[in-house]
Amino acid sequence: MTTSTKTSTTDIPLTAPVPMTPLQEFWHYFSSNKGAVAGLVVIAIICFMAVFANFVAPHSPSDQYRDALLLPPAWLEGGNWSFVLGTDDVGRDILSRLIYGSRLSIAVGIVAVTASLVMGILLGLIAGYFKGIIDTAIMRIVDIMLAMPSLLLAIAIVAILGPSIVNAALAISIVSLPHYVRLTRAATMAEMSRDYVTSSRVIGASPLRLMFICILPNCLAPLIVQATLGFSSAILDMAALGFLGLGAQPPTPEWGSMLADALQFVQRAWWVVTFPGLMILITVLAFNLMGDGLRDALDPKLKQ
Amino acid sequence: MFQFIFRRLSLVIPTFIGITLLTFTLIRLIPGDPIEVMAGERGVSAERHAELSAQLGFDQPLYVQYYHYVTGVLQGDLGNSLITREPVMKEFLTLFPATIELAFCAAIFAILIGLPAGIFAAVKRGTVIDHSVMTFSLTGYSMPIFWWALLLMLVFSVNLGWTPVSGRIDVVYWIDDVTGFMLIDSILSGEEGAFASAVSHLILPSIVLGTIPMAVIARMTRSSMLEVLSEDYIRTARAKGIAPWRVIVIHALRNALIPVITVIGLQVGILLSGAILTETVFAWPGIGKWLIESIGRRDYPVVQGGILIVACIIIVVNLLVDITYGIVNPRIRHSR
Repeated sequence: MTTSTKTSTTDIPLTAPVPMTPLQEFWHYFSSNKGAVAGLVVIAIICFMAVFANFVAPHSPSDQYRDALLLPPAWLEGGNWSFVLGTDDVGRDILSRLIYGSRLSIAVGIVAVTASLVMGILLGLIAGYFKGIIDTAIMRIVDIMLAMPSLLLAIAIVAILGPSIVNAALAISIVSLPHYVRLTRAATMAEMSRDYVTSSRVIGASPLRLMFICILPNCLAPLIVQATLGFSSAILDMAALGFLGLGAQPPTPEWGSMLADALQFVQRAWWVVTFPGLMILITVLAFNLMGDGLRDALDPKLKQ
Repeated sequence: MFQFIFRRLSLVIPTFIGITLLTFTLIRLIPGDPIEVMAGERGVSAERHAELSAQLGFDQPLYVQYYHYVTGVLQGDLGNSLITREPVMKEFLTLFPATIELAFCAAIFAILIGLPAGIFAAVKRGTVIDHSVMTFSLTGYSMPIFWWALLLMLVFSVNLGWTPVSGRIDVVYWIDDVTGFMLIDSILSGEEGAFASAVSHLILPSIVLGTIPMAVIARMTRSSMLEVLSEDYIRTARAKGIAPWRVIVIHALRNALIPVITVIGLQVGILLSGAILTETVFAWPGIGKWLIESIGRRDYPVVQGGILIVACIIIVVNLLVDITYGIVNPRIRHSR
């Protein structure tokens, strides 16, 4: 055994090391950031919970156990292991509601981020590609949107459309639009001056082909980072709107509105207040950690 | 210099027009007829409808309506509240000091903690101190502040009983409204213990509202300090044998502070929107709570006016930050 390993090590041909593929290189930098990996793991767990909520959750989020109102968590006196994190004022299992709530938060995050990403890329590409008056018009609108704090703008939009989870998601995607437009425009303008774009144009590529096939793939790195960070702010804004009564309406198991429901029980039942907020914090933190890691791995220039 | 200020000012005008367009359309985008919305469930007769419509100018073309709206806004006329019938501007001015007081104390808290923490982390780069400061600031940055408020309230008000749960001052004190700032008014009133009560009411809301700005300031200070500390003149200063604290405070900090001051200025938007959440939790009678309650009561002129004023405040503050930055940093002034 030992001899065979020895010969095999000496027999390795002395060639140049294989260069890492971009993906390997990305993973090399990303995985060296412990916080980012931790964030990724947490996000994976939350996504798993969201997808398989029916199987993971011990109870239905809307079942009311009338004989178990405001039950403390299981490890406390009076707790019950069938309600691990306790129950709320109408006897619903908090753990199950949190698990179903993750489904809602992740869904809203995906919808809001996708919507604003698609719109932002479109507007940013158009502004950066055509320049001139179109660019000025788009950027002025973006400036106006940036002049308003995102939560205030979202509140204004929800105030017009009426409080509901769909309107809240719409408001959040409108609010996060400016960042994507700005990033895409800046990246497009930088790419436009490159030789490969000029040569494609000389060959006769159409504006659409230039925009989407040539330029866009080279602008993706900052957009991926922004989309990850956009997830965290979407979840945070969603919870804030829910808390203010402008997002998901009860009895929907949404983290923010769960907190709003729990307000009157602060003094009697700390667990009703503590766990939904903790879930929001952990999820948002995970996305922020991963976003920071992605930024460092994808583009060191973006590092602040 | 004047050219720079002028250029920056000229950018404000389209933004202002855009904001007024937004708030102008807001009330017209609400599903249903605005007059019926205002009349509520009682409804109005056809003649009264026509009369109101003429009175409020709804029978005129949109651009005329917009013109009247903007000229009104420029004269400080934001319409009247549907509920109290008071002018929106008057209501705003009575409530605004409470929000300023809260935002000011939150900013003080954020700067007092965030700045030293950032400096400390940069000086002790790579140590446990640095890592824990960065972890705390990222946590603070990710904090759902309405929950943070509840948590602090649970621990310090409910369990320990150190601070009051809500409001601006204890109900036993009756403070005359002189300046609108409770800290000043409570001293002016001369009542014993009033000032202490006002301070104790301010502690938790300020910490809550200051948490995110604190995290942002700490992160910005750290990265700005790290950049400056690697400059040649710092090495020269050290080589000259200047005391380490003097190098950090006098040589490094002064240069590192420029971007930090900008960031502090830009926190005003975060403070004002965070005030909506903080005031709601702590029943703080400021503009944030007023806005949210108005949305609940469908008091549209208040919502419209409140959003417009807050947006204008943020535009003005951003403008001042930009101009200050231009004065401090010539590179910005001359770039296009």
